Amino acid sequence: MRLGAANGYLDGERIVKLAKQHGIQALHPGYGFLSENSAFAQRCEQEGIVFVGPPAQAMADMGDKARSKEIMTKAGVPCVPGYHGSEQGEAELLQYAKEIQFPVLLKSVKGGGGKGMRIVMEESEFIQQLKSARAEARASFGEGGEVMLVEKYIVRPRHVEVQVFADKHGNCVALGERDCSVQRRHQKILEESPAPDLDDVTRLDLWEKAKTAALAVGYVGAGTVEFIFDKDTGDFYFMEMNTRLQVEHPVSEMITGTDLVEWQFRVAAGERLPLTQKEIMDRIHERGAAIEARIYAESPEKGFLPDSGKLVHLKTPKVDEDIRIDAGFVEGDTVTEAYDGMIAKLIVRGRDRETAIRKMELALRNYEVVGLSTNIEFLKRLCRSPAFMEGDVETGFIEKWKQDLFDPVVIKPEVYVQAALSAFASQPAETVEPHGETLGFGLNSSERTFSFKSLDILDQKEGEVVNVSITQKGNSLFDARVLRKDEDPQVFEDLVSSPVSSSEKTKLITYFPHTRIETTVVQDPNNDNKITIFQLGAKTELTLVSPTWYEGALGLKEVTGSVAAPMPCKILKNEVKEGDRVSKGAPLVV
Amino acid sequence: MSIPRCSRDLMGFSRQLTRQCTRYPRRPPHARLPARAIASYTAPHQANAISVIQSNVDSSSDEFKENERLMNEAMARLEQLTRSAQQGGPAKAREKHLARKKMLPRDRVTALIDPGTTFMELSPLAGHELYPEADVPAGGIITGIGVVEGVTCVIVANDSTVKGGTYYPITVKKHLRAQAVAQENKLPCIYLVDSGGANLPHQSDVFPDREHFGRIFYNQARMSSQGIPQVSVVMGLCTAGGAYVPAMSDENIIVQGQGHIFLAGPPLVKAATGEEVSAEELGGGAMHTSVSGVSDYLAVDDAHAIVLARRCISNLNWPHKAAPPQTSYSEPLYPASELLGIASTNLRKPLPIHEVIARIVDGSHFAEFKRDYGTTLVTGFASIYGHRVGIVANNGILFGTSAQKGAHFIELCAQRGIPLVFLQNISGFMVGAQAEREGIAKHGAKLVTAVACADVPKFTVVVGGSYGAGNYGMCGRAYGPRFLWMWPNARIGVMGGEQLASVMQTVGQKADPELRDRIERESDAVYSSARLWVSEPNPSDLRNLRRKGVTR
Repeated sequence: MRLGAANGYLDGERIVKLAKQHGIQALHPGYGFLSENSAFAQRCEQEGIVFVGPPAQAMADMGDKARSKEIMTKAGVPCVPGYHGSEQGEAELLQYAKEIQFPVLLKSVKGGGGKGMRIVMEESEFIQQLKSARAEARASFGEGGEVMLVEKYIVRPRHVEVQVFADKHGNCVALGERDCSVQRRHQKILEESPAPDLDDVTRLDLWEKAKTAALAVGYVGAGTVEFIFDKDTGDFYFMEMNTRLQVEHPVSEMITGTDLVEWQFRVAAGERLPLTQKEIMDRIHERGAAIEARIYAESPEKGFLPDSGKLVHLKTPKVDEDIRIDAGFVEGDTVTEAYDGMIAKLIVRGRDRETAIRKMELALRNYEVVGLSTNIEFLKRLCRSPAFMEGDVETGFIEKWKQDLFDPVVIKPEVYVQAALSAFASQPAETVEPHGETLGFGLNSSERTFSFKSLDILDQKEGEVVNVSITQKGNSLFDARVLRKDEDPQVFEDLVSSPVSSSEKTKLITYFPHTRIETTVVQDPNNDNKITIFQLGAKTELTLVSPTWYEGALGLKEVTGSVAAPMPCKILKNEVKEGDRVSKGAPLVV
Repeated sequence: MSIPRCSRDLMGFSRQLTRQCTRYPRRPPHARLPARAIASYTAPHQANAISVIQSNVDSSSDEFKENERLMNEAMARLEQLTRSAQQGGPAKAREKHLARKKMLPRDRVTALIDPGTTFMELSPLAGHELYPEADVPAGGIITGIGVVEGVTCVIVANDSTVKGGTYYPITVKKHLRAQAVAQENKLPCIYLVDSGGANLPHQSDVFPDREHFGRIFYNQARMSSQGIPQVSVVMGLCTAGGAYVPAMSDENIIVQGQGHIFLAGPPLVKAATGEEVSAEELGGGAMHTSVSGVSDYLAVDDAHAIVLARRCISNLNWPHKAAPPQTSYSEPLYPASELLGIASTNLRKPLPIHEVIARIVDGSHFAEFKRDYGTTLVTGFASIYGHRVGIVANNGILFGTSAQKGAHFIELCAQRGIPLVFLQNISGFMVGAQAEREGIAKHGAKLVTAVACADVPKFTVVVGGSYGAGNYGMCGRAYGPRFLWMWPNARIGVMGGEQLASVMQTVGQKADPELRDRIERESDAVYSSARLWVSEPNPSDLRNLRRKGVTR
């Protein structure tokens, strides 16, 4: 069935109509916007379609942040001190904020995903931040989005959430908790279960409180109760309940060995929960630890700026029962800015947390993406970060360890050698043996030089030109020299390599004096000079330097003075015309 | 093809018979076996077994090791000589060249050919110790065969670091030789021109004769008319006669500020007409591509010019020769490196030629023709890199019988269009009363005639001695082999130095102690190479050379 326009997945009415037309009995709302839309659940109920999710009333109760807190406080679930009332005047809100004490958090009652959310450190900036949050929330959530709540802001918080499941018979279980503290721009990157650095008493208390919360609203189906955990005091507070399956639910599936979507359908059909709390605990104990990494189309090095483009090359790690990939893209697809920038989820399980992290890093090393920037390299660095290994997580983790996580890299000479060898092979000679062999006496194969420039932002010597000389000595036999400015050349002799080229990709296995290096080199079809090298689990982006005659022969204009858009955007207005005099600081383009 | 009436009837008849048989099936003759013999099946590998050469080389024997040691010495000498010749002109000249942002000629050639292919350089030792007054490494010109955009081409590149790239007599000879290779093998020519023209002190040996400077342009015109493309890249001077190299080419490329084409340079113009004009105005790239139309493409530097030249070649619409698929040939059963221990620097020792052939031909398969007749000449069919060839190889002195066998075999190959490979190791035809009475002169003439008249590609490798009329009968330079190579141990001469000295004595000349040594020296491979009688290969590369040389 086709939903039509790009935003068709939001059009509930149309979906219900289509479902009726085709005699569909039940609708699973996925975990997008419709899954938390109680009006949509209501509509399904009216039309006699089973909505695979909680009852509309429970959804509505939890969806309204202020009301949910009232219910939770009544049920004995601790909440963050704050004002969740209906007095929405700017002066009143400021008064409440003062009562709670700064720093405080401003949040839309309909909010989620970090939109319409502001941290206010001190009184003076309160009004301005409030206005900005309201504008954003209204744009994102529509009518009613501007209703704000004010909460205590916790300086070193952790995001810990509990996966709960309730059936229609009043049973409810907790399928373990998840720590989702490693975030950037208020969006999760790594999620793991069990949460590290948490004692069992707190853990069980969390589960208990989560179940209480679900039962308090007569919940049915899968839900997540989010808590904010104060690292300094060890206290935790109820934040909100997500009345749907979340992006990170595979972590819980992995750690409990369950299929929660299957559970959703069973529960929707009126069945009892397949496992008891005791059984779940045993399973978690037995299965160790699970971790999920979200792979985003973005550049962490450029402040996690979103990116879009065509997936020119995509290689994913091998999946097995302990490695799972949830992805909606295949090679050749285009990732547009119209949807969320998440291109895949990688979930791994290990017998303990350390094993799981190591496995995750290994799997990431086998993840190759060309065509757009991703956070894969960043995720690898996260997995290697000692602070993360120790479980010292908090929501400010990335900011706190910025220095370590964005440590400059030095590109190994072997990378340049492999890049040159692949360029050497990219013009397939239509000749057969004995071409390539030396003939007669003396030298009859001279050196060829390839010049590369590093595109890696974290490279210490970004933009440095590195020359590689390749001499072919025989079939698949080469000498290579890597020349960097002001450094002695690095010489590699008698490299055995047979590159295999296909349109844009070259695969090569080269036997270096002490190691065998397997490399994939991908050429970007949108930019002939850009090549991406995957080698020993690391990705390097290089550009092949244009020959000396390039500009002279093609009459290219100087482009250093031009401006490139940092991300896909729309030009609304050109403030200046050609020939105008521009003073420093004047706006040019909107 | 039409089938004669009678056989058509016959076929109809046999059809009737078959039909009858099917209508009335006979009972199987299970009790009685037919009395006649059955055609027995021979598997292809069994059939092939009769052609496989069995080797008897003992690579651990003292003789083998001694041969190897001496051959390695000879090769090391050639290696060293070749490397120094490949350096080009003096260091100062090279530095000056590079300072002008020009590429060295060998780098130009490398940039021109396809990556991963091998440039087969011809005569790198040309001009070695040839002129007492000047050192002319590689004859001041680089010639050879290389693959450009998948097209096998002859490349001729002047080396302006050697005496300004001027043409010595040997330079002219080498240039003409490369053109001859192109013409015989129908290979497009690319000239990388960077030359000051004829070397004036040698003008009488460069300019006037048939095989002198003028012949270069004659060849260009003739080849172009035969459809063999001529492409020039002007990377330096092209003065006077030299101006005709680009002008006579089908297409030419010129490098701005660096390449100049004019019939007379600025000083000569001033002297002749009083006109003062800069080289760039007189014959620079910008002028020739926009005003005179002498050049077709303007390049900003050498590298750009080479890219343009490659593009020209890709637009030749040159038919791609289907290379035999890799699987169609197998390597020899025995390593080519053993040739070093088989061949001896002492040419009086016999060279077991079957052992040489076994290390050259595909799968060591050799279908020997007339194996037991005239055994001092070995003939037979084989393949080299999937190309079928006829091999004619010496295995001793030529007798009447061996000459007749050779003539017979060469005629067979000529009739069938099979290229011929000669492996020369010959001290001459048999002499003496018996031989003359058997008519050796006439039999030898038959062999020489067959060689001279065989219109198939011929390749000659001198693997030992090449003396006297044997050189003729075995396709020496005078018999038009497409390529002629010489092993480092090999020698060419009317006769050995010792014999020549004693002959001179018998005819009444005074004994000259110097003579013997001089003849020995003049018979040497390097001496021959310097004069373009031969190119010298590394014995273990023999197979490769042939693969590249076999073009029809």
